[in-house]
Amino acid sequence: MTALTLYDKVWQQHVVREEKDGTALLYIDRHLVHEVTSPQAFEGLQINQRDLWRKSSILAVPDHNVPTTDREQGISDPVARLQVETLDQNCANHAITEFKMDDRRQGIVHVIGPEQGATLPGMTVVCGDSHTSTHGAFAALAFGIGTSEVEHVMATQCLLQKKSKNMRITIEGPVEAGVTAKDIVLAIIGEIGTAGGTGFAIEFAGEAIQNLSMEGRMTVCNMTIEAGARAGMIACDQTTIDYIKGRPYAPQGDLWDKAVDHWHTLHSDESAVFDREIVIQGAEIQPQVTWGTSPEMVIPVTASVPDPAEESDQVKADGMQKALDYMGLKPNTPLDEVFVDKVFIGSCTNSRVEDLRAAAAVAKGRKVADNVRQALVVPGSGLVKEAAEEEGLDKIFIEAGFEWREPGCSMCLAMNADRLEPGERCASTSNRNFEGRQGQGGRTHLVSPAMAAAAAVFGHFTDVRKI
Amino acid sequence: MEKFEKFTGIVAPMDRANIDTDAIIPKQYLKSIKRSGFGPNLFDDWRYLDPGAPGIDDRDRRVNPEFVLNVTPYDQGQILLARENFGCGSSREHAVWALTDFGFKVVIAPSFADIFYNNSFKNGLLPIVLDADIVDQLFKEVQVEQDYQLSIDLDQQVVTNADGVQMYFEIDDFRKYCLLNGLDDIGLTLQHADEIKLFEQQYYQNSPWLQ
Repeated sequence: MTALTLYDKVWQQHVVREEKDGTALLYIDRHLVHEVTSPQAFEGLQINQRDLWRKSSILAVPDHNVPTTDREQGISDPVARLQVETLDQNCANHAITEFKMDDRRQGIVHVIGPEQGATLPGMTVVCGDSHTSTHGAFAALAFGIGTSEVEHVMATQCLLQKKSKNMRITIEGPVEAGVTAKDIVLAIIGEIGTAGGTGFAIEFAGEAIQNLSMEGRMTVCNMTIEAGARAGMIACDQTTIDYIKGRPYAPQGDLWDKAVDHWHTLHSDESAVFDREIVIQGAEIQPQVTWGTSPEMVIPVTASVPDPAEESDQVKADGMQKALDYMGLKPNTPLDEVFVDKVFIGSCTNSRVEDLRAAAAVAKGRKVADNVRQALVVPGSGLVKEAAEEEGLDKIFIEAGFEWREPGCSMCLAMNADRLEPGERCASTSNRNFEGRQGQGGRTHLVSPAMAAAAAVFGHFTDVRKI
Repeated sequence: MEKFEKFTGIVAPMDRANIDTDAIIPKQYLKSIKRSGFGPNLFDDWRYLDPGAPGIDDRDRRVNPEFVLNVTPYDQGQILLARENFGCGSSREHAVWALTDFGFKVVIAPSFADIFYNNSFKNGLLPIVLDADIVDQLFKEVQVEQDYQLSIDLDQQVVTNADGVQMYFEIDDFRKYCLLNGLDDIGLTLQHADEIKLFEQQYYQNSPWLQ
């Protein structure tokens, strides 16, 4: 038998039929839905008088638009409110499970799926959201889709897909203390570029990846899309299985045993061939900070802002200059001389309890620096918030001068009231440093939770390994 | 969906790599529950000098006179010319809706982000991949001739300039067929409903924990 990659295996298990040119009809197990990319899909179903194929595959939650304060007062922005109400109405009409805004299980769609055990190994998982790649941490084939495809999955339980090529990124050896999953994935994006993974499904492997908790693996897979690949995956192991056991949507009893037997097969065969292999030494990865307006514009915290004059490719040099102008940075400035105005700890990349613990460990006994106007901590879900509060993390943050908020996407993309003002500089644990992403004119630097907390208490970027 | 017909259109150049979907349509417009009306807010942050929001009449805003889509004849552009990795970032189909609502039928770039590329076909927008060298040459030609036009023939998979120079492009047969015939994907898939049901029977027998 041909040796298969993890991606090949999960793909093959879901192919319903294939066109002559290789376009496959792929069966979808789990469909996660949020308020922003679903209303037009539901409307399309209604116009064409089509029903949902498999309601039980859908789990819905409002996350992008929800306020992170004074939630009992509802959503003040009428346009955002209508969008959330539209989701509520659509879910009610179709009898779809939804964790509404006032449900303690509500949170960011990519946090609640795994938290509920709704994401399982070997599944195909889709959502109208590019960070669906997060769920690949569970050896699932998970990727973001557009609204037309959301409608397609609702109506047919399938998607028309061309198979991607296989890429494996191996992180050899361990990473040093203070270097996190976020630093690993930022270093990968720095290495291969934001288009490096285009057309590929990426499997992350190697000692440093195996050593990560499920939270860390989710952080890595989450940002696969920033490397250009729709799907990132990690083989199933005991860490995966232990995480899932006992969660509300996880199988139980005999079914659990059967499932685990299958999950043990979810890894690439030893002799499987990848179209592209990349190897990075774990020991070489340092805490990372982005300096520009694309996630590939990233450097170690010990480095200085790069100089376009030293770039030989003119198109690239122009891009760097545009980014520096937007970011208000001068070439050759050491990162620890770059001061921030705001700090955001949250998003589907870094808002799980382990992330909050890492940030709290830095914040403990310290105070947010005077030059930092606002430092937000936004847990990924209501259950993450409860867990963090049980450990007293909320008190650590509040005593240090951080704001402790309600769960949602918040300042990652600033669809709600949490945003940067023009020119404000932010150390953010989110995933995109695009122009205007966190608010028009806002300047985003992507970092790990510990690095964000360090920026908050020192007022500028600081190497967490030295504090 | 309308059938994709042969046409000749004005080329609007956006000389930038990694144009992301946040730039194509900023987040505040994603609150809409409709598929239409995004055209006036295409590239909103670059196109206007003052901040925009849903409900604001864009005709009352200060336009950025230097932005390419505010310059004649590019405001009538039907073909957008861009650099590598066009459409990277979020999965928002609103980016495609904004481009088509503005009047674009084609985007030419050396590479596209996967999700954007996929979304385009669902809305009759043709993303054409040409070699970086050819794209570079097209940028030079647009710079020299403001009224620069290209002809697009999907059936023949050819882009032709005014001098008759032909540039061939690749496209999957199935996508081409759907675009040329204006076919609705969902309708096509539902023709295979029995196959899907058969697949499900077998699938849930093998994986009962997913049922």
